[in-house]
Amino acid sequence: MAAMPSIKSREMKIVQDIPISKTLQFWEGLKQGKVLATKCKKCETVYFPPAADCPKCLASDMEWIELSNEATIETFTHVVIRPTTFQQNKPYTVAIGRLKEGVRVLAWLTGFKLSEVKVGMKVKLVAKVSSEGNPTYEFTRPE
Amino acid sequence: MRKVAIIGVGSSKIGVRNDVNVAELAFEAFKPSVDDAKIAPKDIEFVAVGSTGAGAWYEELLPAVVSAEYCGLTGAGLVRCEAACASGSAAFSTAYWAVASGQADIAAALGVEKMREIDTPTMMEWIGRAGYYLWEFHNFGLTFPAYYALYATAHMAKYGTTEEDLALVAVKNHKYASMNPIAHLQNRITVDDVLSSMVIASPLKLFDCCPTSDGAASIILASEEKVKELNIDAPVWVAGVGYASGTANMSKRLDYVGLEASVLASQKAYKMANVTPDLLDVAVVHDCFTIAEILAYEDIGLCKKGEGAKLLREGQTEIGGKIPVNIDGGLKAKGHPIGATGCSMIYELAKQLREETVEKSRQAPMKNYIALAHNVGGTGHYCYVTILRR
Repeated sequence: MAAMPSIKSREMKIVQDIPISKTLQFWEGLKQGKVLATKCKKCETVYFPPAADCPKCLASDMEWIELSNEATIETFTHVVIRPTTFQQNKPYTVAIGRLKEGVRVLAWLTGFKLSEVKVGMKVKLVAKVSSEGNPTYEFTRPE
Repeated sequence: MRKVAIIGVGSSKIGVRNDVNVAELAFEAFKPSVDDAKIAPKDIEFVAVGSTGAGAWYEELLPAVVSAEYCGLTGAGLVRCEAACASGSAAFSTAYWAVASGQADIAAALGVEKMREIDTPTMMEWIGRAGYYLWEFHNFGLTFPAYYALYATAHMAKYGTTEEDLALVAVKNHKYASMNPIAHLQNRITVDDVLSSMVIASPLKLFDCCPTSDGAASIILASEEKVKELNIDAPVWVAGVGYASGTANMSKRLDYVGLEASVLASQKAYKMANVTPDLLDVAVVHDCFTIAEILAYEDIGLCKKGEGAKLLREGQTEIGGKIPVNIDGGLKAKGHPIGATGCSMIYELAKQLREETVEKSRQAPMKNYIALAHNVGGTGHYCYVTILRR
């Protein structure tokens, strides 16, 4: 189709400063190799991603706990067509894994050939700092 | 609560509409809807606009005001509704409540979306952010096909659904879109075309995905008194409206073989309308990706859990089957102008119930004159189910 006549909108660059004060321990923990969750002191519900406030009983008194690193894959996908800010990355595999604490984690899965990845497979959850310098976490092959 | 009827519907052509801006596109749908209802813009007391990408994938931050001004609606009560891909249904239910409550006698739901003013990777970025940016996009770059692919993988692992089954959804919906002149993709395709198309997010391939579309649809609603006063010959009554929501984090969903929000919203709608799924003559369901149509069959009770692919393979969701689904081409082939889709679904069902689809080849046979629209927002973040009756 021939391009239709148009005018360019004004260009603007948008970067947001996302507050992490209330979950700072989590982000710091990742740098130290730990994946932390929160646990409500009142109703004992465990939250991952970590929450500073409890949606279940509305209390705000939480404790930090370190998650076990054994996970079972519930589902996964290999992302080939990537968004703008992931164009520099190679295609990546995203998985959702369940931990024994009952919470699930969504993260990249590395260290496997795609054909090896199966629902029900055991994997290991690890904290790391990404190549871009962002604290993050991923699933990988258990030792 | 008052009875509410649809008295006018209109739709733009759906597709790449770089010939019009958002207000001009809204006008294309609005004009035929007021002509259909035989009213004037000044008769409309309340307008709910469904649009999602305001200021992101198109330039206007307040599409409701620019569209309302352009359509001669300035002065009416006005709101924009956001429920992601179900924004059109959110607008429809908001307009419905305005009339049902007695606040307005005539209201309009106007869905409009302009998605083709930016490049594809930027669109993938925006929509990928529509979930929980902080926890699922920032570090992991989830895209919308990827989110639904997570459901596809789990459904395939649990119920033995295959990539061929997914392809059958695309083949069916392209077939009906080829008979629908407003559809974005009017080409017929084969199972092999789908299977050999490029992988987007495994197991979903290009032809498992809906296109990125521009489009608008407009619905005029009126009270029973107004229907009589205006001598509307074929009012379509809103029999049931159901809604529900799901967690922002995918990791917090109950499971990955169905959308809980769809189950809850459909149960509410059936209850309000006092109907059961077996009474439906036609349905439109949210098939943004092929797997989503199979999940919808199961979630809204067209078949048992895990039997969606079987229903499809048997041809039960074709015209002539038990319950024709997405015989307008669905999101998959008619197109998915996100905030307009909910209104576009209602547009189609009103035409079906009035037995005036332009193309007789895709008119569903009517027995009970009951139809259902199922519209999901996000990856099951929102769901709206609407039941109409003539």
